[in-house]
Amino acid sequence: MNTNITPAGDSKERGNTFLVSLGRLAVSIFIPLVAFAVLWAGFIFLRDSNAPQTIIALVAIIWGVGGVALLFWVTDYVVNRMPIVVAKKIQPFVFVGPAIAILAWYLFIPTMRSLYLSFFGPQSTNFVGLKNYIYAFTDSRMLEAFRNNLLWIILGTGGAVGFGLLIALLADRAKGEKFFKSLIFMPMAISFVGAGVIWRFIYAYKPLGEAQIGILNAIVTLFGGEPQAWFTIRGLNNVFLIVILVWLQTGYAMVIISAALKGVPSAIIEAGRIDGASELRVIRSIIIPFIAGTLVTVSTTIIILSLKIFDIVFTMTNGNYGTEVIASMQYKQMFRFYDYGRGSAIAIVLVIAVIPVMWYNLRQFSKREGF
Amino acid sequence: MKRMMLSLFIIMLLASPLFAGGAQEAAEEESNVVRVFGAFVDEEARRFEEAIRPFEERTGIDVIYEGSSEFETLISVRVEGGNPPDIAALPQPGLMKNFASKGVLVPMWSSLEDAVDSNYASVWKSLGSFEGTPYGVFHRVNAKSFVWYPKKAWDAAGYEVPTTWAELEALMDQMVADGVKPWAVGIESGGATGWAGTDWIEDIMLRTVGPDVYDQWVSNEIPFNDPAVKDAFEILGDIWLDPAYVYGGANTILTTSFGDAPSPMFSDPPKAMMHRQGNFITGFFPDDIQANLEEEVGVFPLPSINPEFGIPVLGGGDQFVVFNDSPAVRQFMEFLATWESGELWARSGGALFPYKNQDLSAYPNEIERSLAEALVNAKVFRFDASDLMPGQVGAGTFWSGVVDWLTGKNLDSVLSDIQKSWP
Repeated sequence: MNTNITPAGDSKERGNTFLVSLGRLAVSIFIPLVAFAVLWAGFIFLRDSNAPQTIIALVAIIWGVGGVALLFWVTDYVVNRMPIVVAKKIQPFVFVGPAIAILAWYLFIPTMRSLYLSFFGPQSTNFVGLKNYIYAFTDSRMLEAFRNNLLWIILGTGGAVGFGLLIALLADRAKGEKFFKSLIFMPMAISFVGAGVIWRFIYAYKPLGEAQIGILNAIVTLFGGEPQAWFTIRGLNNVFLIVILVWLQTGYAMVIISAALKGVPSAIIEAGRIDGASELRVIRSIIIPFIAGTLVTVSTTIIILSLKIFDIVFTMTNGNYGTEVIASMQYKQMFRFYDYGRGSAIAIVLVIAVIPVMWYNLRQFSKREGF
Repeated sequence: MKRMMLSLFIIMLLASPLFAGGAQEAAEEESNVVRVFGAFVDEEARRFEEAIRPFEERTGIDVIYEGSSEFETLISVRVEGGNPPDIAALPQPGLMKNFASKGVLVPMWSSLEDAVDSNYASVWKSLGSFEGTPYGVFHRVNAKSFVWYPKKAWDAAGYEVPTTWAELEALMDQMVADGVKPWAVGIESGGATGWAGTDWIEDIMLRTVGPDVYDQWVSNEIPFNDPAVKDAFEILGDIWLDPAYVYGGANTILTTSFGDAPSPMFSDPPKAMMHRQGNFITGFFPDDIQANLEEEVGVFPLPSINPEFGIPVLGGGDQFVVFNDSPAVRQFMEFLATWESGELWARSGGALFPYKNQDLSAYPNEIERSLAEALVNAKVFRFDASDLMPGQVGAGTFWSGVVDWLTGKNLDSVLSDIQKSWP
């Protein structure tokens, strides 16, 4: 990094005449201006051009990729022209600046706007005070969503972390560890919507007497049972949906926990065993305390995921049959009913619910300096 | 340095789609291009494009149709984002009113209004108007109050088309005695599950209490838990909640997609004899049935309940509204207001058109011809109530209320919940 900040021969140049520094200043201003002009011209071309789409797409890619490179190069160049004391102070902001700008534009401003809109009516024109929040905490459908999200957190996180821990412990002691772990990890590669499509087939229902295309009902009927419309069984249907999250996330929990397990000093485990501790006792009194930090981090990550859960419910039941969750209610209010006030209020409630978990999660992360 | 190059490369990779997004917008500026966005996709989109091809060839205007099954969501996102299509085909009048009240729609200009006045019955113009200003032009419409049956098996069993509700009930019992389920029903429809159920309720409402009370119900002048509505649910419940009358019972109603719902009628022998659905359902029939539609399928209007109101027709349709004014857009809208824009689609089937001056012989078979005739001649035509009600109800609690009721929830609490949700 240092070689970048200090151009060659910097010490010689320092203390040069006033004219040279003026020239350098001019160049420092001129180059960013040229860069800006180039980028702006590209933008104008892309916005107004009537050229064939392929050419426009090509220009867009060159402009986009090249533009980012140009911006980087120019800012880096300008910073390097500056006196080293100033450069050192500015350099970090040059690198972090774009990230902060993007976060502000895409995250902070929309959140603030949602907060603002949440105090207004459906069309965002008339101020309604806390009415949308009163709705969010009293409507029967919303209460159902809160209850279900709690269920998702408890069963989803518990299931994924529990199975992840169990499999990590077993795999640690088994032959073919890599093979089994890859197998369990594989669902992680599937999107939530993709998983929803897959599991729709697992839970598919056809009336008695027709060929059952759902594997679950095929098994049930094979043993002489009646086919069940799984999604319509109130209460249990939430569990059927949560199973999908567990299926998707167990691999993630397993991989992280497994890595932590490798870090448990074998000397202590050996000592425990020599002292006559049973395997269960070793796990409970040595391994678990050792990996507690990791368990918390994994749990909080999956808790956040469960709080935001949307795709699975949306593709499977669309919130019918008592499976509504907070995010699906938000989607419906916002995009189906066009009630921007209620939708925003629910979004804010969700954000507030996620923040403490997120904060705790980040604290755990920084404590452990990552995994 | 190496690491820096790597991160730079990653940044570039991440940023490139962001910038590439600009490419599409640029091309939209072309002056002889009209971009239309709508809810119909696949085969229907193809037939629409086919129907407007003569216009494109005649005028040199390129009409680019884009359809999405998530239309309702996307259109408001695009309008909010300041990037609306030139023209959108809105399936719900409520959506049109929403946009019109925000002032983002271009009202009908006089030559278009004249064309609408002379080519349509007045009901269509008022359905496309907001606070007295007309905006929407109807093109393809649908009529829903029809009962379909497998003609060969029907004739073989000697059934006769019922004209009154009592005859329908007698027929249902006769079918049960013959060992076949009278009805095939399915209301699953992804994010819109339940709408097929609301159509039944609306049809029954029109037949029991008539169009005036129906209008009061739509505008919530009578509450949703009014006895008139409860009565409609109970009439429907006599059929749907009785496993003897519906193939597969309530669970099959809930989990069968509306498009798959008619299929039990076409197994051999049929597992069900009747299916109530709009004209568009023929497009979902099995291919071999569609090929011989006239021989395989019969259709009759859902019978009258209270003779005072006769046989009303329930329907709906997409209305085309203008977001961006331009000469090409105007030309295209005026084309849509003529029978010529529907003729080719009518010939390829699966669509009805409301034009007064249409040529009924264009429809490919007797079935669609009779549906079009029923639509043009109906004394009482009412738009789908759930499309007219506020979104909270019409696309929300009414749909989910039907689902809840079918899963065994108490009818009174279902209805009062819907009423409570009325904004």
